[in-house]
Amino acid sequence: MLRLQARKVILVLLVLVFGCGLAVPNLFSPETRKAIEQGAPAWIPRFLLPIHAMTLGLDLQGGVHILLEIDRADLLRSQVTQLRDDVRRILRDERINIQGGIATTARGVQVRVPDEADRVKLLPKLRELAQPLSALGALGGTGGSTMDISEQPNGLVQVSISEAGINDRISRVSGQAIEVVRRRIDPGGTVEPNIQRQGLDRILVQVPGGNPDEIKRLLGQTAKLQFRLVADQNASDVEMLPSQDQGGQPIPISRQVIVEGADLVDAQAAFDQRTSQPIVNFRFNIRGAQRFGQATTENLGRQLAIVLDNKVISAPVIQSPITGGSGQISGNFTVQSVNDLAVLLRAGALPAKMTIVEERTIGPGLGQDSIQAGKMATIIATVLVILYMIGNYGLFGIIASIALLVHVCLILGLMSLLGATMTLPGIAGIVLTIGTAVDSNVLIYERMREESHMGRSLVSALEAGFQRAFATIIDSNATMLIAAVALFTLGSGPVRGFAVVFILGILTTVITAVTLTRMLIALWYRWARPKALPF
Amino acid sequence: MRLLRIVPDNTRFRIVHWRRLAYPFSAAYSVLVLVLFLTVGLNFGIDFRGGTLMEMQAKSGKPDIAQVRQTANGFGFGEVEVQEFGSAGELSMRFAVQPGGEIAQQGVVTKARETFSEAYEFRRVETVGPRVSGELVQAGTLGVVLAIIGVLVYLWFRFEVQLAIGAIVGTMHDIVLTLGFFLITQLEFNLTSIAAILTIVGYSLNETVVVFDRTRELLRRYKTMPIPELLDLSVNSTLSRTAITSTTTVLALIALVFFGGSAIEGFALVMLFGVVVCTYSAMFVSTPVLLYLDVRAGRLDQSEELAEAKARV
Repeated sequence: MLRLQARKVILVLLVLVFGCGLAVPNLFSPETRKAIEQGAPAWIPRFLLPIHAMTLGLDLQGGVHILLEIDRADLLRSQVTQLRDDVRRILRDERINIQGGIATTARGVQVRVPDEADRVKLLPKLRELAQPLSALGALGGTGGSTMDISEQPNGLVQVSISEAGINDRISRVSGQAIEVVRRRIDPGGTVEPNIQRQGLDRILVQVPGGNPDEIKRLLGQTAKLQFRLVADQNASDVEMLPSQDQGGQPIPISRQVIVEGADLVDAQAAFDQRTSQPIVNFRFNIRGAQRFGQATTENLGRQLAIVLDNKVISAPVIQSPITGGSGQISGNFTVQSVNDLAVLLRAGALPAKMTIVEERTIGPGLGQDSIQAGKMATIIATVLVILYMIGNYGLFGIIASIALLVHVCLILGLMSLLGATMTLPGIAGIVLTIGTAVDSNVLIYERMREESHMGRSLVSALEAGFQRAFATIIDSNATMLIAAVALFTLGSGPVRGFAVVFILGILTTVITAVTLTRMLIALWYRWARPKALPF
Repeated sequence: MRLLRIVPDNTRFRIVHWRRLAYPFSAAYSVLVLVLFLTVGLNFGIDFRGGTLMEMQAKSGKPDIAQVRQTANGFGFGEVEVQEFGSAGELSMRFAVQPGGEIAQQGVVTKARETFSEAYEFRRVETVGPRVSGELVQAGTLGVVLAIIGVLVYLWFRFEVQLAIGAIVGTMHDIVLTLGFFLITQLEFNLTSIAAILTIVGYSLNETVVVFDRTRELLRRYKTMPIPELLDLSVNSTLSRTAITSTTTVLALIALVFFGGSAIEGFALVMLFGVVVCTYSAMFVSTPVLLYLDVRAGRLDQSEELAEAKARV
């Protein structure tokens, strides 16, 4: 082992220098990194440029962490309503006579069809509604049906949405919701939000440096926009909706929807030229423009209600037909609420109601303090450990300390390369690995000492130290690694941040303690030709 | 030129003998932990209990705790815990889980922000709904159990089964004692605490494995040495390493306790306690366990022995 091959030495040094070099970009500001990336000639591969830095966790840079959950009950309710409308349409189209009306149950609807022939007509139509899940093109579809249809002996036909049907729907809805959330949070592409799906029905939203109130306001609304006519209180198919204009007073609104937000192509905040009130200008697609034009032509002089999330924002009187496909929404708006509304309308409606089930907000001040404290602790821990190791092993302590410093650089370098997130517990992980990193060195050195006490020559004691300690180093680090991997798999957020650092720490410590230390000791031996261990 | 020498060379402590003291002590402590667990219980943080935690800093530098407490209690969100913490005029408010589910939970945050944002800067706000907290408990428990199983499997492959049992006994012991630390100090038990416990599991095994590696080696070398003597020799010959490694880890953790900031102080304290316990248990708890198991019956196959013999030549 004490024979040095120049090739090997150079290779090890290159790897270590490169590894540590990966940590360098963290010293630059994001602007500098961007400038380097843009300024570099094209022939240099990107991975060689110092542009990859660690991401700082929200606990270190401040920001908002919100976990949204799709409201299962609400989604089921809307699915049942949809089902009722579908069944009603089928009954009407097929001219099927029923006894009593369509009754809704907890998970579906039921109708009593007294005539046998009618039932024979009805059932296949109902089965068409319940597409099997595998037909939806989802890989690994269960082949199950989205609905359960059953027929009771007394002519009662029940259609209910199956568990698989709800789950399938939730899964599709959360995919759409992620897109909507992204467009709402980041309309200008200025922040770097992390939006990801968690499990079947949850969406995690992390916004560095975000203002929690603003984000919650943007996420809290479904933003379902509808244009409906104000109706007579006694007319059929009318519902009472609270009106923003009249301080929450409910007013009668026709259930029939003229145009929906889905037909909007654009929405912009603006000021009304006459009144200087903040308003939202919008534009419809062709289909929406046609419908809007037709409805306003036919209903001149009536009030058109603008309904957002089942609240009437305003209900202006139709003065003239609006056929150009664009119009404006006015109401009791502030500049802020007009901006919000425009963003919400542009982003589209959330496909379901979402609830915030977890929120964590860290102020930027606290994050700064945490970084400072973490740096302080790391520096002090490093100094203490180095002094202690030198005190114990003298020259070999210096060698262990070099290995320790390289090891910390390697952790930071690898984290930068992987784009891993540094969190507050991650800093704790670094400090902890500083404590345990020297363990491998200690195992080696103590073994050397033992062997030397047993009367071996220096060279063979040095050799035996490395050889004998190796199995122990592997065993002890492997057990720690298993615990760390369990932590990584099951932990979430900051705990995971700790696990990443701990895992990288364990891996790099084995490398530095074995290769780097061995090389340095071999160099020392060659240079000093010692007769005994220096400790 | 070795300046420090914590452990002299060639120590001959009768380590396994000390089990007569260590075992009753550990047993009594474990019983105490059980009693405390059933009576006092862990001080669960909002990760596991659900609820809302807010940390605020007075803009004027001087928080008026009494006034904040009175105002917050007047919200009608139940009893509010208001405490001063840290150094620079910081205080924390804690609201219990609200009966109205997640939406009611959000009401707490909004109300508190509206009321206090003029005089206080909100440094940290955390709200965890009741369902999420339940899931976090599950995941945390599962993590600890899986880690132990994983290590058990590894040890079973790498070591004789007796040594694996000894290591697991030691690890369980360390987990129980650490839980005891949480029970006695009433330090908040949260997600980070799970991380601390898993790290202690790793460290505990690390300590035990180093001793047992030596035990295994000595078992091969001295085929006739009485087991108590052999175990004593295993611990004594690794004692210097144990002392040095434990000390460096303790040094690093002390830096974390004093300079790491209030947010990780709890974690560092638990780890500090854990490292001391792990060092103790590796020597005085898990090693003596081997006395009660027939370690020589371990399957040392021929080829392994041959390899060992060659390595010695």
